[in-house]
Amino acid sequence: MQDIWENYDLFLKAFGLTLGLLVVSGVLSLLLGIFLAALRVGPVSLLRRLAAVYVTVARNTPLVVVFIFFATVGPRLGYTFNSVEQLDIGGYHVSGYFFRSCLALTLYTSAFVCEALRSGINAVPLGQAEAARAIGLTFAGSMRQVILPQALRAAVPPLASVQIALAKNTSVAAAFGMLEATARMKFFINRNADDMVLVFVIFALGYVLIVEVISFGANRFERRFAAAR
Amino acid sequence: MRIPTRFKAATAALLLAGSLAACGDAGSDDEGSDVEAEEVEEGKFEEGSKMAELAEAGKITVGVKYDQPGLGFKGATDELPSGFDVEIAKLLVADLGIDPEDTSAVDYKMTISDNREPFLQSGEVDLVLASYSMTPERQQVVGQTGPYMVTGQQLLVKKGSDITGVEDLKGKEVCSVTGSTSLENVEAEGAKPRGFETYSECRDQVLDGTVDAMTTDGSILLGYAALNPDELEVVGEEFSEERIGVGYPKENPEMCEWINGVIEESIENGDWAAAFESTLGKSGAETPEPPALDECPAA
Amino acid sequence: MSAPSVLFDAPGPRTRARHRIYSVLGVLAVLALAAFIVFRFYDRGQLEYRLWEPFLTPKFVRVLLVDGLLKTLQMAAVSIVMAVAFGILFGIGKLSEHAWLRWPCWLVVEFFRAVPVLLMIYFIYFAYGVGDGIGAYWSVVIALTLYNGSVLAEVFRAGILAVPRGQAEAAYALGMRKTQVMTSILLPQAVKIMLPALISQLVVALKDTSLGIAIGAPGLTFVGKQIYTEFQNQVQAAVVIAVLYIAANLVLTALATWVQKKFVGERKPLAVPVVGGGTL
Repeated sequence: MQDIWENYDLFLKAFGLTLGLLVVSGVLSLLLGIFLAALRVGPVSLLRRLAAVYVTVARNTPLVVVFIFFATVGPRLGYTFNSVEQLDIGGYHVSGYFFRSCLALTLYTSAFVCEALRSGINAVPLGQAEAARAIGLTFAGSMRQVILPQALRAAVPPLASVQIALAKNTSVAAAFGMLEATARMKFFINRNADDMVLVFVIFALGYVLIVEVISFGANRFERRFAAAR
Repeated sequence: MRIPTRFKAATAALLLAGSLAACGDAGSDDEGSDVEAEEVEEGKFEEGSKMAELAEAGKITVGVKYDQPGLGFKGATDELPSGFDVEIAKLLVADLGIDPEDTSAVDYKMTISDNREPFLQSGEVDLVLASYSMTPERQQVVGQTGPYMVTGQQLLVKKGSDITGVEDLKGKEVCSVTGSTSLENVEAEGAKPRGFETYSECRDQVLDGTVDAMTTDGSILLGYAALNPDELEVVGEEFSEERIGVGYPKENPEMCEWINGVIEESIENGDWAAAFESTLGKSGAETPEPPALDECPAA
Repeated sequence: MSAPSVLFDAPGPRTRARHRIYSVLGVLAVLALAAFIVFRFYDRGQLEYRLWEPFLTPKFVRVLLVDGLLKTLQMAAVSIVMAVAFGILFGIGKLSEHAWLRWPCWLVVEFFRAVPVLLMIYFIYFAYGVGDGIGAYWSVVIALTLYNGSVLAEVFRAGILAVPRGQAEAAYALGMRKTQVMTSILLPQAVKIMLPALISQLVVALKDTSLGIAIGAPGLTFVGKQIYTEFQNQVQAAVVIAVLYIAANLVLTALATWVQKKFVGERKPLAVPVVGGGTL
């Protein structure tokens, strides 16, 4: 137990990395997910189907396998993305590993984001869309001004679950070269076999905290912007 | 125009069934050297000793690695694991009068680094030969004897890398197994640690240029360099000494003398060298001088 | 897709032409991507027969399907069966009228839904799995049971609440006790409503079994890894196991749809408010 107190900086750094993965992949997966959802409900049937295929593939592949594609298969085909290490973001250098992990998490999560948004769009009463068209709005116009504002509110709870799942899914990066919270736990468990349960509980509570913050934020957001029905 | 789910399912089922009617012929039939079981004479082992018990039962369980080519490796369809650790294990098994190639008599159980002590303590396995470093901490809880090989932590890099030793590691990305001491050691040297689950994955990371080096016992690295002699090389002085030995249960101290005896004999009659040549030596690694064995603790 | 048509008018000739252009562009983009991937494979020597050969060799195919896919399915099935028991227990516990029962149940469910499955797998394995413990296989199954059980507890609670109120009232009117009402009236109907949700949870469990490679538990990913350690065909092995996983999951999803139609009728599948990300 001493060990964690004395090395609390390692603990914090590990959770920092977990949060970094969560925030970067979370934002990117939201963007990609919105794009996919737009294709999924759009008027062009072929694009609808392509997006559906992407979602099906991403949703039915285990995340570990997605990671294998980016951590092992990509480099084997010559895609290491090591060039991102040349980038200088405010004195920070992104490592190739971080980039690859974020890619895997983003491509996987965006499929779920897309489905969450779609369920939100489906929750908007049909009358709303009909009324929007009746006053002459185009597809883009009715989407932007009538459907999406309501759909986004309805999509908040499922989106929150997707982000929570992502927070937990960052742990998979532990097996692929990222020294984040789960990998750090293994390190501490190896050194403190007798305090194993305590080490686990401390790390688990770190995750519980992250999850609770996300769901609390989502609840506040929902209450604040709840669609008047 | 939606593709009905039923159609998708049927396609998937066809795919699964179609993969059964396959034709191809991959895999090798490379099973290491042949070791014959020896005749155990009456009174060879002391009455009531663990060896006598095992020889009597004609069954033994040995913990080995499955994912380290050259030391202990078992492919998906292999009957038996192969490698230097396994060869030494075979010699021990044969000495008990058990046929080491007979999987119904010998259970080569897969161990990972984290579960070797518990395996021995609980009697899940009778012996461990899994690149098992001998340390005073481990000898508190399990018996260890040997070493049958002496190695040390080194670095495996791509040929032509500018890393020549541990002093070049500052700020470099170095791969090893998550939570291992090797990884802690290079972290202390200022390297960026990259943890994976197995050494083989680390080797791939080195090959594909995502890390600068990988680190663990030299013997393991030699095994990998052996598989890819044109691309990989082991560099640097050993910056620790790892003495690879045999693990046995602490409550059977009588096994120590017997294990040492078998290793001594194999060193004298050339079996030890043959085991090395048929496994790690394939890479062109020099067969080293056999190590001097430790004294057994007074039982 | 229920009815996207409500979002836009039937397209006129000009819009149709524009959509055709979009379609062509989309097809071209996909074809270009496919061609690029194939070329990249070729360029890197990844199309060589010897790298694909293991997946056409009967003994390896057998290992992939029997030691791999079958084990994975088995682990998922066992953990779901256990998770159902866990879920019924804690789901009903959360509905209990006694605060001393409700609170602990709520706490347990919240905890196991918020902890990453991989963290649980590591912990269970190192604390109870090694040595003469339960072993890697059961460590994964137990971790999945705790997580999926917590998700299912929520599903059961919602399922029981989804049974029309009149049912319970009628049962009480007949003079049944609380336990009787739960076991003979509410649960059977709730299970029917929840069956599809249960099977889709099976897909989640199936995907999560792959995390077992972290502790050397058997399964499809593990076998794939064994094969690529031997033949150095990471690319091919990853493609093959991904296809197998997707195929298995599509079959399960189809099964869920069929069950939904047959037993639940045309009701919408039970949507459960997922706090802990029950969808992944």
